[in-house]
Amino acid sequence: MTDDKPTAGAGAAPEGVTSGDDTGAGTDNASAASVAGPALHPGDDLDGNPKAATAEEVAPRAVPDNEILRGLAEAFEEAEWTISAGQDVVRVPAEQFAEFGLAAREAGFEVCVDVTAVDWYRKRRTRFDVVANLLSHQHVLRLRVVTAVGGDEPTVPSLTPIWPGAGFAEREAYDMFGIVFDGHPDLTRILMPDDWVGFPLRKDFAVGSVPVQFKDSHKVT
Amino acid sequence: MADVPRPPGILMSTVEMAARWAATRSMFPATFGLACCAIEMMATGAAHYDLARFGMEVFRASPRQADLMIVAGRVSQKMAPVLRQVYDQMPDPKWVISMGACASTGGMFNNYALVQGVDQVVPVDIYVPGCPPGPQSLMHGILTLHDKIMSGEILRHGAVPA
Amino acid sequence: MSDTTTEEELETVDMWVSGTEEPEPRDWGIASTDEGAQKMHLIESESRMREQTGTVVHDDFVHEEGSEDERMLLNMGPQHPSTHGVLRLQIELDGEIVRRTRPIIGYLHTGMEKTAEVLTFHQGPTNVTRMDYLAPFHNELCFSLAVERLLGIEVPERAQVMRILLTELNRISSHLVAMATNGLDIGAVSMMIYGFREREQILAFFEKTTGLRMNHNFIRPGGLAADLPPGWRQDVREILDTLPGRIAEYDDLLRNNPIWLERTKGVGVISADECRAYAITGPTLRAAGVPWDLRRAFPYSGIETYEFDVPVGENGDVYDRYRLRIEEILQSMKIVEQAMERMPKGDYRIDDRKITPPPRARIDESMEALIHHFKIFTEGFTVPAGETYVAVESPRGELGCYLVSEGGGKPWRMHTRAPSFANLQALPIMMADSLVADTVATIASLDPVMGDVDR
Repeated sequence: MTDDKPTAGAGAAPEGVTSGDDTGAGTDNASAASVAGPALHPGDDLDGNPKAATAEEVAPRAVPDNEILRGLAEAFEEAEWTISAGQDVVRVPAEQFAEFGLAAREAGFEVCVDVTAVDWYRKRRTRFDVVANLLSHQHVLRLRVVTAVGGDEPTVPSLTPIWPGAGFAEREAYDMFGIVFDGHPDLTRILMPDDWVGFPLRKDFAVGSVPVQFKDSHKVT
Repeated sequence: MADVPRPPGILMSTVEMAARWAATRSMFPATFGLACCAIEMMATGAAHYDLARFGMEVFRASPRQADLMIVAGRVSQKMAPVLRQVYDQMPDPKWVISMGACASTGGMFNNYALVQGVDQVVPVDIYVPGCPPGPQSLMHGILTLHDKIMSGEILRHGAVPA
Repeated sequence: MSDTTTEEELETVDMWVSGTEEPEPRDWGIASTDEGAQKMHLIESESRMREQTGTVVHDDFVHEEGSEDERMLLNMGPQHPSTHGVLRLQIELDGEIVRRTRPIIGYLHTGMEKTAEVLTFHQGPTNVTRMDYLAPFHNELCFSLAVERLLGIEVPERAQVMRILLTELNRISSHLVAMATNGLDIGAVSMMIYGFREREQILAFFEKTTGLRMNHNFIRPGGLAADLPPGWRQDVREILDTLPGRIAEYDDLLRNNPIWLERTKGVGVISADECRAYAITGPTLRAAGVPWDLRRAFPYSGIETYEFDVPVGENGDVYDRYRLRIEEILQSMKIVEQAMERMPKGDYRIDDRKITPPPRARIDESMEALIHHFKIFTEGFTVPAGETYVAVESPRGELGCYLVSEGGGKPWRMHTRAPSFANLQALPIMMADSLVADTVATIASLDPVMGDVDR
């Protein structure tokens, strides 16, 4: 079988359908007709394994233009570089996420602007994408680092030891998606109450809308 | 004011009216500004739409010294117990104005994160619609509350007007 | 920094380590924009950093070994007059000195990112505008730019200039609130009334243009919702004429006031390196001396063609941030003036009927107009699959939108990079080893908007 790079440790585990509140609802996107999208899912190659590709790209670019990015590309051979809507994106395997971050920081990306996640529920074998947006003040350069994780407890090395500013963002990604960041000093819920069950931004967690209630002056006493 | 419930006797009814008049003329709101509506509440207290002309410009930080709670903004799941606790700390007589769409019904955010209407948590006397309600709307709500108190429609919480 | 910090606590170590082993001081060797490569100096020691994030918790009955301190845990908020919304701070006090702080957020979490997956792209700005509710135009602009980038369209020039006009006016009104609440928190109560007085003028203009004083839902993908109303030049001219005099009044009120200076100079200090490590952006970053502004670095909506300066501070304290905001108001006024001068004639939105709804009058005349209107308002227009990250310079810092589309009519994932969310991470740094009485001034100067933080 081809190298299933990002599911490190999870092996052939089916993508975890974690118990959300409601399995049926999901969102409308699962059934939305894909108008102009490619037949392949962005992030998959022909075998359904994730690779870097977007609608604008037919084939991934081998080497980026910018010399700093080129330096990083030479250091990390397994990384795949693309351009998405005019911005540089690099897809790395999950185990190399923090290593790449460290190298990026040493190359001049002093700021980690944001760390977030995307849930490709049932659209792709590996369920989650963890996305880190990096920024360099000295070179005026942006870079997006993406990695794919899946499994029952998706784990990714944390960027907080490298950029402390990623701390809150990673806690939010944990709170909303259940992605565990290995090495984070305080991985607890940040937005939801501490005893909340479920990860709200996963696609199998329903929006939680209630039917409109028409009440005539009821009072809670 | 024909069927206003008044206590019997001319002396007590006058005292009751005087008490109501005093309550409306010196309401102290508790600071419970949560989100965008809080900014409009601050604008209502500011110079242009002056709340001080109703004696209400002093927003009391301590709920023990306040008698009106204007819930201004969306109440999330984490905030709901805090809201109830602050409400419980207020001494009687107390009133609640639910300001804005999010406080009244959950607003445009019909999802897991918000309490769909603050009246699930505290009893509400006046609902002020809007997203956010402009200062004029909020003032209309406050003055309506004053009228309702003066007319005796709202006696105290839990009681049904006769 | 307070005098109680002893020499041995000023170590040159890493900001962070993973796990619980003792850290080895590592030399990152990053050349910063300051002269030479500088190592980071911490205000507090490594163990305290770990305590700050709550990995190691001491409650008030447990004393640190070897220390004579009696620590007290103080809970500030979420309902508090000075926390700028529902922010909760767990402060560990050693007498009057703050040792560690833990911001606890989530009291305003509205599930906006989940709601965004349920709303169409056309409805998106309604949702996004309520995040940073003091700068709603910036939220809408950020989202609209992200959608437009995925669509691969560019709005007409009039729309771009209108967007700049509205967002810069919004920056002025947001900074006025920041100054008003700053003043109120520190004790200059009249500042609150003054700040809101000018804001009323600007909000009246917004109401005339967009229909609402706040949360306008006016900047939409494809352009704007409507054109500027007749007589707008006069309104903007009035604003620009009265504002400088009033700003000078506030400056007079505060700038040389000894109480103000005492309470703001040297308080809430953060250095440039710490700002970069913690992804602090906006006035806080610029007050620390870093001349970084997204309007210069990654310009959007034609802002590179306007002449304005980017004020930069020196010390990174509360006073610098206050002065910086005043300067930014003056610079924004310059931009508004230029936008007003150059407002070109043309369309306020792109002419592609598949994206922007047709004018209402046309619906009676043309079948296609009716169909387009119907499609846009029920299904929504579809955006080609892709992902993008667009950031604008909001009054609080870098406001970014990470948008992933699956080719449908609704976003697959919409994430907002909120400036206040990241800026709050600076709070423990700023408050460490300072007096508890300075807490309020520090929070106010950071200008967090909890809608932005919790979304």
